[in-house]
Amino acid sequence: MDRNGNIYTFIYAAIMVILVAAILASVAMALKPLQTKNIEIEKKQDILASVNIESTATDAANLYEEKIRKQYVVNSKGEIIEGVDAFNIDLKKERAKPQEGQLLPVFECETETGLKYILPLRGAGLWGPIWGYISIDSDMNTIYGATFDHQGETPGLGAEISTKSFQNAFKGKKLFDQSGGLISVTIKKSGQSAPEEHSVDGISGGTITSKGLEKMLLDDLNSYREFLISKKS
Amino acid sequence: MSDPLFSNKNLKLLTEPLGKSNPITVQVLGICSALAVTAQLKPALVMTLSVIAVLALSNVIISLLRNTIPNRIRIIVQLVIIASLVILVDQILKAFVYDVSKQLSVFVGLIITNCIIMGRLEAFALGNRPWQSFLDGVGNAAGYGWILIVVGFVRELFGSGSIYGYRVIPDSWYMTNGGFYENNGMMILPPMALITVGIIIWIQRSRNRELIEN
Amino acid sequence: MENLINIFIKSIFIENMVFAYFLGMCSYLAVSKTVKTATGLGIAVIFVLGITVPVDYLLENYVLKEGALIWLSPSYEKVDLSFLSFIMFIAVIASMVQLVEMVVEKFAPVLYTQLGIFLPLIAVNCAILGGSLFMQQKAFLNIGEATVYGLGSGIGWFLAIIGIAAIREKIKYSNVPAPLRGLGITFIITGLMGLAFMGFMGIKL
Repeated sequence: MDRNGNIYTFIYAAIMVILVAAILASVAMALKPLQTKNIEIEKKQDILASVNIESTATDAANLYEEKIRKQYVVNSKGEIIEGVDAFNIDLKKERAKPQEGQLLPVFECETETGLKYILPLRGAGLWGPIWGYISIDSDMNTIYGATFDHQGETPGLGAEISTKSFQNAFKGKKLFDQSGGLISVTIKKSGQSAPEEHSVDGISGGTITSKGLEKMLLDDLNSYREFLISKKS
Repeated sequence: MSDPLFSNKNLKLLTEPLGKSNPITVQVLGICSALAVTAQLKPALVMTLSVIAVLALSNVIISLLRNTIPNRIRIIVQLVIIASLVILVDQILKAFVYDVSKQLSVFVGLIITNCIIMGRLEAFALGNRPWQSFLDGVGNAAGYGWILIVVGFVRELFGSGSIYGYRVIPDSWYMTNGGFYENNGMMILPPMALITVGIIIWIQRSRNRELIEN
Repeated sequence: MENLINIFIKSIFIENMVFAYFLGMCSYLAVSKTVKTATGLGIAVIFVLGITVPVDYLLENYVLKEGALIWLSPSYEKVDLSFLSFIMFIAVIASMVQLVEMVVEKFAPVLYTQLGIFLPLIAVNCAILGGSLFMQQKAFLNIGEATVYGLGSGIGWFLAIIGIAAIREKIKYSNVPAPLRGLGITFIITGLMGLAFMGFMGIKL
């Protein structure tokens, strides 16, 4: 058959497309469950990390089952909304809505030192989104633990927010001041002074990421403000 | 026709791209997609393995098909095969080494437009038998890979004080702990990858003077 | 509006295709010997990025993404074709380049004589595919943002190649150490230019 003829070319292209599509589709279908599971496990590991529980990819699912007692969704007035699955809420979509309409997930974790509330966070760093979880003691004021992650912050600079040493600095910091105003936690640069219980040391060279993280904390905690206050009393 | 599998001629296909016809430093191909993953050693290593897999396999496939491909749609056929292999690699990374696939992000997809791959398919696989094409693919990808790995090694060592994620500079050396050492934050920034490659070229060409350009 | 300007500035200066991501380096190194040819290629890249990024945006949001086919029938809610995105994007880019070439040839023959030889080169320029992949990763809210991002990235690339071409024209007269001549010094200069561009980091409008 003529290798440069129209019919040959056409048949060749058609067979190739069908073959390639079949192979790719079957591989994608076969690996899809594994991929979704990876994403789920990562999220569970993050949530557990915010209450200072180390987990590996293999035991994360079981630990999560065991430790996270309750998960529910509240609105900006702090009222529980029934019938929504907190785990699968897409924070990115929620943050795009006006504050009144946002669905805010809350996870409750029972630890040796009492009940902790875990709130998810999402904001913008220098290069892309940053996100994390913060866990709060049952006094609704003291931070019990925090974990942050990022998509593409500069390694060695902004990316340091995902290191343990940076995250550990948040432990024990307070969200509210004496008079009950929500002031969250700021990240101070070296030499700057800030009230000890509302600030942590910054990352050298990661100024914009730090600022983004600060804003993320303040904005997102503000959304939960009513919820925090209602649980406090 | 009956060359032994590892005849001298065949071995040359494998070793030449490592030095004198290195795709990055001599042929100037395929710098695009990969330097961005060299801030640390681990992603550089995974990227290298991915490129080796894609280049070797696509070379073999094209070489097997070389007598059937209609000339007019040659480029499209090559692109489809490369793109499919890259999708497979991407899917596999996402399923089995999820954390690394996150670090590589869009750069896995960019293997498609890595000029080395198209270049080798056109220049070699279309005219040679599968086994030779396979060696040529592995050789070129490895020649490209070692540069990535060296750059990754240098940048991670001086930029973060670690190798493959393990700290090698003792903590007590750091200024913050009263020592004298500070990581060079600039190594982490993208431009330093280019400068590092420039220096590698410098070293290579001063040792092998026939490569010098006028 | 403010958002658009922000994306625009960011894609030109801060997330510059060449300096921050090393994209399109092959043609960047090969076609930067004189300012004139560099200008031609640069304009062609702006052109093609400005078209392919929004087209791929539509493709991504109305065909490929999970639930994107919902406009056809609600029963497609769970269909997720995103594993095909690489192949679709590259197909769109290759055919768009062809299309642009034909349109330019027909309606702007003068432009065609200047850009003509560069257009086919562009299909395998990583900056183009990179633009689409970053668009997918950044998940822009509307097509306006995607278009602005495409144009901005193109202009950033254009600036980079013009800059290096001008420097290379001058450096011919300098006494560069022999082993560094040509490729080596180009890499190092690109690195230095990149460092200068890093100075834009953190600008927010």
